[in-house]
Amino acid sequence: MTDLAERQKLSYIAAQAADARLNVELETEGMTLNIGPQHPATHGTLRIIVRLDGEQVVWAEPSAGYMHRGYEKLTEVRTFPQITTLVNRIDWLGSFANEVPFILAAEKLMEIEAPPRTQHIRTILFELSRIANVSLFLGDLGVQLGAVTPVFYAFRDREYVLNLIESVTGGRFHPNFDRIGGLLDDLPAGFITECKQVMKRLRAFCDEIEDLLFGNEIFQARLRGIGVIPADVAKQYGLSGANLRASGVDFDLRRDQVLPLAYDKVDWKVWTHPDGDSWARCWVRLQETREATKIVDQLLDTLPAGPIMAKVPRIIKVPEGEAWVSTENPLGEMGYYVVSKGDLGPFRVKIRSASFNNISVVPWVLRGVYVPDVISILASLYFILGDIDR
Amino acid sequence: MLAVEIPYWGQSLIRVLAGALAVLVPAGTIVYLFLFKMMSFMQSRLGPMEAGPYGSLQLAAEVGKWMQKEDITPAKADRRVFRAAPLIVLVSTFVLVAVVPFGPDAYFTQFDAGVFYMLAVSSISTLGILLAGWSSANKYSLLGGLRAAGQLIAYELPMVLSVLGVVIQAGTMNLQAIVFKQNTDSIFGWDGIGYPYILTQFVGFLIFMIAVQAELTQAPFDMPVAESELVSGYMTEYSGFRFLIFFIAEFATAGVFALIASVLFLGGWGVPFAWFDWTTIDSVDDWMNVAGPLLMLAKMTVLAGIIMWVRFTYPRFREDQLQRFAWKVLIPLSLANIMVTAVCKVVW
Repeated sequence: MTDLAERQKLSYIAAQAADARLNVELETEGMTLNIGPQHPATHGTLRIIVRLDGEQVVWAEPSAGYMHRGYEKLTEVRTFPQITTLVNRIDWLGSFANEVPFILAAEKLMEIEAPPRTQHIRTILFELSRIANVSLFLGDLGVQLGAVTPVFYAFRDREYVLNLIESVTGGRFHPNFDRIGGLLDDLPAGFITECKQVMKRLRAFCDEIEDLLFGNEIFQARLRGIGVIPADVAKQYGLSGANLRASGVDFDLRRDQVLPLAYDKVDWKVWTHPDGDSWARCWVRLQETREATKIVDQLLDTLPAGPIMAKVPRIIKVPEGEAWVSTENPLGEMGYYVVSKGDLGPFRVKIRSASFNNISVVPWVLRGVYVPDVISILASLYFILGDIDR
Repeated sequence: MLAVEIPYWGQSLIRVLAGALAVLVPAGTIVYLFLFKMMSFMQSRLGPMEAGPYGSLQLAAEVGKWMQKEDITPAKADRRVFRAAPLIVLVSTFVLVAVVPFGPDAYFTQFDAGVFYMLAVSSISTLGILLAGWSSANKYSLLGGLRAAGQLIAYELPMVLSVLGVVIQAGTMNLQAIVFKQNTDSIFGWDGIGYPYILTQFVGFLIFMIAVQAELTQAPFDMPVAESELVSGYMTEYSGFRFLIFFIAEFATAGVFALIASVLFLGGWGVPFAWFDWTTIDSVDDWMNVAGPLLMLAKMTVLAGIIMWVRFTYPRFREDQLQRFAWKVLIPLSLANIMVTAVCKVVW
């Protein structure tokens, strides 16, 4: 650990030096490099403008908006039940998790609560989409650092999770399964045994990734002490999710707020890491995937019987009012501020997506690092383009 | 000596054809066997299966595809340099294979400074890569080219130093003579397997293979082409035919370096001469001219398999980390290896 503190100090000094370095001794001219909008590392159309001195970043700025689809505006011309189709597509790797906070906000306005069985199934699907999302991150991490093999293992095992989601909802990527007051349908027959097998498989996948990547010396050398975000900076930039917890802040909305979801009925742990470097962010995500499989296993054991739909009118009109509901999505805190005027659709919806805030720290954290580390830091911050641009 | 007389023009023709074969056969073997198939099996997929039986004609399909594509030269590029750069890289491979002996008479040329020549011409490709990166008028290419230049020069040194151990032990720089020595020497009087230098020069062999990995810019030393950050490094702007040349050169060079490693450390084309009561190169039977190249191909496949295996497994070093690894670990280690070898040579 002393080694790590030393490296953190060095990276801090490098960041300070980078500012003072340009045009001092050699009158060198910097180079502006556009990483993106089309670039393999941004897995989407994010553009990051970096100003380089040699290979050291002096200044960096993310330029978002290349994939803006105007969902906040589109929701104003949709009815409440139609909106889940839209918000599915925000974080496209964990689609179901996008629907839940919106539905909860609408239910909060209508003052109805879903039956216990629905709460359980919602939580199960929520965690399944988290696993589908983060397992791909674990594989993609290898690709960003040059190890091409792990991503195929990630795709292979994620396929089982997607099959599970498909067997319940009928959609692999965009389930559109959540309804105000309940769910579209109950779990299919044989789901519980199948799901338990898949969870076992995913725990094995996590062990495999831990052996392949996290135990690798080169991987550690590339991530340890790189891209350190201290806790106060993380809070100032509004980071959330694993990025915040990796900086040592013990904050998880699944545990810290009361929502009609079944997290309080299971035994699980919120993982944090004191270091705040790229390694810590990746490690926290790995532990969260394991934790999610445990949550799903326990929820399957305690699944209550009963209806899956509360009493809701046939034509849903949400009473006048405002509601804010946020949940701990795979990428971080995702919330909807819904304003209703008593119509069929909302008057205004503000979407707080996790990745947008998570990449706001990029200018701060990229200062003074080298170009290869730009990629590893971006990979460890883990953003989904749809989640940035909405 | 060969039992048949071949006229000079015939020898030249055979040399040219065999040279093309010696470069392209290893390249094709590596690409199909390892890049297409082994990599796929490691990644729990099948790889190409449609073109030809078991995907064996995929290579021809790929070559055909690249030949058809447009050969684009960027508007701002330095046109002549841009166009020449891939050829320089490929030519360095052909020049390199010229000193590799494949049998008692199956060699292109042999002379006493073989090892020296081999190490000298292997760095020509650095020039081609630097030219490609510089002339592309692309920032990613520039970064990739400069990284490549720094890396290839840094790893040239451990390569030279690791080979010196073999040279000291053999007492010659002639590659044919090194093969001869390995197959005629005996281990404490026992000549059952000859005396392949990997037995004593295992440190040198390890350093040589690591340096080869870096010279070929394969992972974990693929920072110059790091596809997730520099798109394709110095190759970014190349398309069609010229990209194909870079691609062939990459794997052909891997094959040639594996051939050289098998000559230096694994006994090359020879079988232990004691098995057949041969005593000199001239007394070796003619059939070794056929068996020798096949043996070399087998050894090359094993060594290239290791190179590719490492490539598919490891993440990449950062530029400064791999420089540190070369200067602080490999070079001192190879110097120590030379010292120990020299002392042992004098003592025994």
